[in-house]
Amino acid sequence: MLDNYFQQYGLVAILSVIAVVIPASMLLLSWLASFIRLRPNKPNPVKSQVYECGVEPIGKGSWAQFNFRYYVYALLFVIFDVETVFIYPWAVKYQSLGLFALVEMLIFVLILVVGLAYAWRKRALEWE
Amino acid sequence: MNSLLESNVIFRNVYCFWAANPGNAEQCTPVGAVAVKDGLLPGGLEWLAYVMAGLSVILLIVNVYLVFAALYTYVDRRVLAKFQGRIGPNRVGPFGILQPLADGIKLMTKEDLVPAGADRWIFNLAPVVMMSSGILVLAVLPFGKDSFVVDLNIGILYVFAITGVNTLAMFMAGLASANRYAMFGGMRAVAQLISYEIPVVLSVVGIVMMAGTMSLVGIVEAQKVPFIFVQPLAFFVFIAGSSAEMNRSPFDQVEAEGEIIAGYHTEYSGMKFGVFQAAEFGAVLITSALIATLFLKGWEGPFLPSHVWFLLKLFFFAFIFIWIRATLPRLRIDQIMAYAWKFLLPLSLINIFVVAAEVLLLGDQITDSSGVSMDLTTSDMWIMAGINVVVAIVAVIGLAKITGMDARESTKVANVTRVIKGT
Repeated sequence: MLDNYFQQYGLVAILSVIAVVIPASMLLLSWLASFIRLRPNKPNPVKSQVYECGVEPIGKGSWAQFNFRYYVYALLFVIFDVETVFIYPWAVKYQSLGLFALVEMLIFVLILVVGLAYAWRKRALEWE
Repeated sequence: MNSLLESNVIFRNVYCFWAANPGNAEQCTPVGAVAVKDGLLPGGLEWLAYVMAGLSVILLIVNVYLVFAALYTYVDRRVLAKFQGRIGPNRVGPFGILQPLADGIKLMTKEDLVPAGADRWIFNLAPVVMMSSGILVLAVLPFGKDSFVVDLNIGILYVFAITGVNTLAMFMAGLASANRYAMFGGMRAVAQLISYEIPVVLSVVGIVMMAGTMSLVGIVEAQKVPFIFVQPLAFFVFIAGSSAEMNRSPFDQVEAEGEIIAGYHTEYSGMKFGVFQAAEFGAVLITSALIATLFLKGWEGPFLPSHVWFLLKLFFFAFIFIWIRATLPRLRIDQIMAYAWKFLLPLSLINIFVVAAEVLLLGDQITDSSGVSMDLTTSDMWIMAGINVVVAIVAVIGLAKITGMDARESTKVANVTRVIKGT
């Protein structure tokens, strides 16, 4: 029954159920409170307008222009996030791998740092 | 990975209380001279005892977390008021300590508005996702000696994986609100959180390397010297990066009041807003607990019980976060992004390789049943601490000079202040 692997992740599964139930029940309770008139629920068209500091919103939805530089950061993030995926197993086993692993990882990170330096040089990290 | 029954005290006691029949649960061996009494459940129902034992640990820690998160909203306002020469909330109960309760009742009885163009499902789901990601992190936090929900062998990786969901929740809220300002908040949240994720994750690599494990319990036990001394650079990167991940000042561009109203939760009202707030303040506590565990030996300490030590360290860092919030002005979004990519990322890479080289040079290789590992004695760690403090100072000052992040920006700020003061 208490197999070592599944008994641990079983508790994580129970916790994830609890983690969804608690905030959901908080929202549910406030929803139920509107039925026993603990809280008002009188929507009208002006109330359900989006809040833009009192100015009436023009157009529908939230479509607005935003800076394309966010996209560059997303690209950089993907590259370095893959690096973190590789570097964690390396770090756990580092003590037994020794010098060879250090040199290998140095080469790997150096390749990525060249990419970062290129992006830096091309002023991709700046907003002007 | 230890068995739950061997290491987790609360789990063991509840489990053996219910299912300790002979032949029912062989794992309930007597501890010392005290024999195990027969459990209450008949044979074949160990799974029920397992669920009950798990629920008792989980509900204990989750409830404590929620109460502390509520109390922290009070402490935050009160201490911030002291910093700013105000009084703060002092009307409800003695010293205003019941303020969180009053806030909760107020939010519960407020009208819940949903904007006309909103995507209702995602709009309602976002606060749930935000809070559940906070609660899920509690699974691996060791809050005392032999006290945790589970001791996963991927502990710290699990924490980073779960906190990554926060980004998604904020973007869901921003996108579903049908409000342009909320959309900007969501965009900024994604850009800022993913940028700071990388330095934060990389700063912990040095700790994993020295501990040789990702389990948080293993990391605490590996700290012969607190890692705050051994790796000051990693500590600096972690505390700066995680305060950006929590959207706290000076990195609170995601909900900058002066620019985008309240960011991604502009359109939220009533209890949904309350859930967002509770999740945000809870995140500060969880981050403080993580910093205490990773850098300050977690629950270990002399004289006092282990849980008290853990809470003391947690509150210390929670106070530091309030202090930072009260002291530093908000940065611009481009400064925030530049700070992550040009300053914190190189620092965390420097930290990794300096620590890697030191582990190789100072550690004595030993071979045992679990394979080859490096033995770092206490004096080795103090030598590392000495070297790393110097490295940290040189790296921070040098990099600030190279990137121009010190002089240029601080003169700008000084000029603005001079204009405001009229001098």
